[in-house]
Amino acid sequence: MTGQRLAWVMAAAMLVAGCGDRPQQNGDSQVVLIGQASPLTGPQAHLGKDNENGASMALDEINAAGLTLGGKKVVLEMRSEDDAADPKTAATVAQKLVDEGVVGVIGHLNSGATIPASKIYFDNGIPQISPSATAVAYTASGFKTAFRVMTNDAQQGTVLGDYAVTKLGAKRIAIIDDRTAYGQGLADEVEKAAKAAGGDVVAREYTSDRSTDFMAILTSIKGKSPDLVFFGGMDPQAAPMIKQMKQLGMKAKFLGGDGAQTPNFIDLAGAAAEGAMASNPGLPLDAMPGGSAFKAKFEAKYGKIQNYSPYAYDAMHVLIAAMKRADSSDPAKYLAELPKTDYQGVTGHIRFDAKGDLAGGAVTLYQVKNGKWQTLETVQSGK
Amino acid sequence: MDIFLQQLINGLVLGSVYALVALGYTMVYGILELINFAHGEITMMGAMVALSVIGALALAAPGQPGVLVLAAGLVVAIPVCVALGLLIERVAYRPLRHAPRLAPLITAIGVSIILQNVAMLIWGKQYIPFPAILPQGRHTLYGASITDVQIAILLLATGIMLLLILMVQKTRLGRAMRATAQSRQVASLMGVDVNRVIAATFAIGSALAAVAGVMVSAYYGLAHYYMGFLLGLKAFSAAVLGGIGNLGGAMLGGLLLGLIESFGAGYIGDLTGGFLGSNYQDVFAFFVLIAVLVFRPSGLLGARVVERA
Repeated sequence: MTGQRLAWVMAAAMLVAGCGDRPQQNGDSQVVLIGQASPLTGPQAHLGKDNENGASMALDEINAAGLTLGGKKVVLEMRSEDDAADPKTAATVAQKLVDEGVVGVIGHLNSGATIPASKIYFDNGIPQISPSATAVAYTASGFKTAFRVMTNDAQQGTVLGDYAVTKLGAKRIAIIDDRTAYGQGLADEVEKAAKAAGGDVVAREYTSDRSTDFMAILTSIKGKSPDLVFFGGMDPQAAPMIKQMKQLGMKAKFLGGDGAQTPNFIDLAGAAAEGAMASNPGLPLDAMPGGSAFKAKFEAKYGKIQNYSPYAYDAMHVLIAAMKRADSSDPAKYLAELPKTDYQGVTGHIRFDAKGDLAGGAVTLYQVKNGKWQTLETVQSGK
Repeated sequence: MDIFLQQLINGLVLGSVYALVALGYTMVYGILELINFAHGEITMMGAMVALSVIGALALAAPGQPGVLVLAAGLVVAIPVCVALGLLIERVAYRPLRHAPRLAPLITAIGVSIILQNVAMLIWGKQYIPFPAILPQGRHTLYGASITDVQIAILLLATGIMLLLILMVQKTRLGRAMRATAQSRQVASLMGVDVNRVIAATFAIGSALAAVAGVMVSAYYGLAHYYMGFLLGLKAFSAAVLGGIGNLGGAMLGGLLLGLIESFGAGYIGDLTGGFLGSNYQDVFAFFVLIAVLVFRPSGLLGARVVERA
């Protein structure tokens, strides 16, 4: 058996065992696997695919520009997995990615999926950057491998709750959440901040991330005559919810988080979307430092941007930049470089705080006017 | 009072959709003792096909009255769903008619998964918006509001159910269906073409599902390849609640489940002083289901079936 064949057999054996030196030899260039995980089926598949596209575009660019680590030419390859926005599936695909030998992961999309997966990445020493998980719990567990490039729920919720009371003048606030880690986390923060600003939370109702019927809880809320209804959840629920508010003749304002601030929300809600407000972490796409260039490139390749693809794109660049600084794709080596990130990305200036959260993130508020999301204002989250 | 009335309207509208879908489950069960788990997906297919037709019409001939466009959608969706129902019966259930009862149950689940994925391939993974072609009129009734769409759903569902009862009680086909439900063997000895009756049952159930699918997507303003799953589960529960195999039971069960969900979600928080919130709405609905089944195992209107030895 020649040395080269032995190397092949060993590489194959390691791949099967899912351990050992992760990079595989492939001719004269080395293939490095990067994982991506998001819901690619189910109600949030459009958002999941958007993340996959964002990460994939960054990866293609880095490959096209050529990447050399430790004196060797490196070709990046993405392994994309469907976590179905489900915590149990997320843990399974996280293990699958680890077994396949990825050296880093961009994902997951939902907080509920990201949190159980983060334990698996941490146990295996694989750095993870979530483009869109916003639940505080994700980085609160103290895993050194967990990072995010998105303003978290505490930052966003505080801004939203405060904004509802002080800027929108809402005294009576009703809060609905979809019982996911994201929706509930955000709604809890909004409730806290609204109360702190002197608002009165008159109703707290719950639904699920599969429902489309909210007539019963909205009727109950209507009886408490709120000035504003806040919904912590995603667009497939937010859109029918605002339609049903109009059907019931409710005059209350509608405020949502980043899960509702999507083009899909307007498509689904139609005329009922008019006047709805929602926030999104970071700057509006047009105001992002690299926003218009990203939009042009992305839309030429994949079509309309749903929401988080610029973050997935930046997350991939941040991950690879850390590898470049460490001059290695070995997770043990480049992980130490990630906290030192100081990256000017499409979505803004990315630095991490001690927990792996985005330092000093901005939150922008939007309102639907004439069938389009228009920027209201950007608020800096005071951490 | 206005809140109570509003919850009553919400519940009745939701319940009449459940009832239409539940009829499909109950008719098939009555005749074949088979739970057609693909029925929810047929509802979804009806919604999707109608949406495609409506979308295409809105592009080709804009400005047509919304009701006409919707009717065109239904006219295409109903035959498609009927054909689909017949095909499923022919391919997935008829070859297994004399197999143990578990086998057709498993093919039913298989068909349901196939239909979901076919829909995902054809229409994509996104939620599809229902074009705003219908009159958006809203009426106020003693402080509660009811929209034109809700009124249309209530009237249409009631009309269809009356027609169905009439059909089953008064026509030859209806009599053949009742005979087949009582005993397939004896019915066939009496000259009833059992295969034809079973096919007709699937066709009627699928047509009802198509109508229900269009109603749901028009009401909530969206359709999605996954929408049939939860709707099917709820409608199946409604059929069991009313007594599976019994037409009146499916209607009663559907309406009751709609009302229970609506009142449950609306009042549970206030009644328990905030101890249980609206997150318990499904728990509440299924608790009622269990409670009914404990005392009446064959459902509210179901006949007491003597256990076969």
